[in-house]
Amino acid sequence: MLVSIYRYNPETDLKPVMVDIEVDVPADRDLMVLDVLNLAKEKDTTIAYRRSCREGVCGSDGMNINGTNGLACITPLSSVVNPGKKLVLRPLPGLPVVRDLVVDMSIFYKQFEKVKPFLINEEPAPGIERLQSPEDRAKLDGLYECILCACCTTSCPSFWWNPDKFIGPAGLLQAYRFLADSRDTAASERLAGLEDPFSVFRCRGIMNCVAVCPKGLNPTRAIGHIRSMLIEQSV
Amino acid sequence: MVTSVTNFSRSGLSDWIAQRVSAVVLLAYSLFIFISLLTGPELSYAAWSELFSHTAVRLFSLLAIFALCVHAWIGMWTIATDYLTASHLGASATAIRFGFLIGCALLVVIYLLWGIQIFWGS
Ligand code: SF4
Ligand code: SF4
Ligand code: FES
Repeated sequence: MLVSIYRYNPETDLKPVMVDIEVDVPADRDLMVLDVLNLAKEKDTTIAYRRSCREGVCGSDGMNINGTNGLACITPLSSVVNPGKKLVLRPLPGLPVVRDLVVDMSIFYKQFEKVKPFLINEEPAPGIERLQSPEDRAKLDGLYECILCACCTTSCPSFWWNPDKFIGPAGLLQAYRFLADSRDTAASERLAGLEDPFSVFRCRGIMNCVAVCPKGLNPTRAIGHIRSMLIEQSV
Repeated sequence: MVTSVTNFSRSGLSDWIAQRVSAVVLLAYSLFIFISLLTGPELSYAAWSELFSHTAVRLFSLLAIFALCVHAWIGMWTIATDYLTASHLGASATAIRFGFLIGCALLVVIYLLWGIQIFWGS
């Protein structure tokens, strides 16, 4: 089958090009997109991309697959390409390209850092651990599973337009993960840092983030919760 | 925390609420006008000015004009800060955005004053 891959080396190339490579895929079984990419790399060893765990855990092989962001390692070929059609691989949109499918994630991490993604609790720590009831623990389900693959944030138009100001779905999901934690005591300071016109309120509810999250998480819902907390706090 | 001097209220939360409250006012006013047109007497100058002679209607109209101005400003500001930025327009983006926003602000103010004059002028 034909695989069309985005090739770009900013140091030597004037602009990116799409290069087609013919790859032999077995007809009797479905491959993951990453397997196909590995086969393509056997033909052309200069193709650059990130991958590590090959099972949807590390979050390093987020890329744009036939127009939709996803993790190549857990995206079955049959779910993105019809038989006889091309597989088209591009880097995640909206971030600077380092080489081919490898993007510079600095600004994504910077937005993540802004939400202080760690537990804040000024009370003296108890002898063994800070306990949490099973009900309170359940509130973190659907939030803690994020692997920071950036598929959601780089599919969000609000992030494309203001990557330096809008925190983006991944960061906001984590912001809510700590707002919702019964052991965290910094909710009001966290909220104060989010109520400006950009950090949260640039979300227009487009829900691209929900559509692409390979872990099935729902950043839009978390953003809605943050908004409700902001409203509650101000009345 | 990202700050900006040109948005409506300096706070994303207040902007967001103002945008929604003004939308409700505009919807209510549109429905009111629509229903009075449907149910009122045949449209004539006399009937129309009779409707607007009630203080309540004139207050409601004033409120609707305020709501329109608030709604338009927040909306235009958001559009400008999404699309009239350096990533779309390059180095001159700030100047273009400022010019655009000044134009919008002028229109909003003119519209507000004009509306007040129509409803409350002699
Ligand atoms: S719902 Fe919000 S965060 Fe998610 S893609 Fe849309 S604008 Fe972005
Ligand atoms: S929310 Fe989903 S898509 Fe976004 S970074 Fe986390 S795992 Fe990836
Ligand atoms: S290689 Fe680790 S998530 Fe795909």
